[in-house]
Amino acid sequence: MRRALFVLPAALFCLVIAAFVVGLGRDPAKLPSTLIGKPLPAFSLPPVRPGDAGLKSSDLRGAPRLLNVFASWCVSCRIEHPVLLDLAAKGVALDGLDWKDAPADGAGYLAANGSPYGRIGNDASGRVGIDLGVAGVPETFVIDRRGRVRYKQVGPIDPRDWELTIKPLMDRLRAES
Amino acid sequence: MNRLALVATLGALMLAGQARAVMPDEQLADPRLEARARAITSQLRCVVCQNQTIDDSDASLARDLRIIVRERLLAGDTDSQARAYIVDRYGSFVLLKPPFESQTLLLWLGPLLVLATGGIGVGLYLRRRGYDSRAHEAALSEAERAELRALLDADHGA
Repeated sequence: MRRALFVLPAALFCLVIAAFVVGLGRDPAKLPSTLIGKPLPAFSLPPVRPGDAGLKSSDLRGAPRLLNVFASWCVSCRIEHPVLLDLAAKGVALDGLDWKDAPADGAGYLAANGSPYGRIGNDASGRVGIDLGVAGVPETFVIDRRGRVRYKQVGPIDPRDWELTIKPLMDRLRAES
Repeated sequence: MNRLALVATLGALMLAGQARAVMPDEQLADPRLEARARAITSQLRCVVCQNQTIDDSDASLARDLRIIVRERLLAGDTDSQARAYIVDRYGSFVLLKPPFESQTLLLWLGPLLVLATGGIGVGLYLRRRGYDSRAHEAALSEAERAELRALLDADHGA
């Protein structure tokens, strides 16, 4: 009984400290998405480059795919861009959402850096991004064959994120019926 | 003189900090709706600069969200509907006053739990001490009592 009175508070204290240590390692900028497990909100966006098809939420189904939110004014998108080009070359289904950006600026960015995207929608007002809960760029949604959001990556995808998190998830989604 | 200039500059900077980011062009013509909008946006966290409200923040997303809240109110939403519109998209993290729900149970009840645990600990400790002192009292033998009385009497006599 006496021993428990000493050990119990000490154990509780250690538990609290452990929770704080874990919490310190987390990046508070990475907010969980409220869309996980839910279908994408319906949207229909005009293209970035004139003559392209634009992007509708109904395009984003059929096979597991990525939806990358980017902008020409976004610095870390430029860091992420080679990784996206590499994924596209590997045959990963990838569409783009050009967020809070003038179509001409988005088109200039793609002309200068190459486009890894299948379809690209321009969200000049940013309202579709807000419906998706986008807090900044880049963000990337992993979408399953039924058009439901399964994961959101906040910040640029680096090769490690791809190998350790996104690729295994997409492999699992592909195995789903 | 330099010190005076420094104080004046710092003072001006502190006053500047009080300014809100809400721009005149965002504000609603109806002062009652505008007051409701301000009450809502001053309780919503900006997801870009997380320790500011969207009322305070200069981030362009914060401006968009301020405008959206006003649009919702103009469309006839209640305060809680307008708030829910933002929370549906960005999660309850944006509420500066966290709601009472299963995920926040520890947040709300944690302090009570700590207080109760401490209270029980203190209670147990005091009870044990109380018990001990009574035990000492009872342990005074008749001979000791006589000795004590003699000492006290001697003291009074002196």
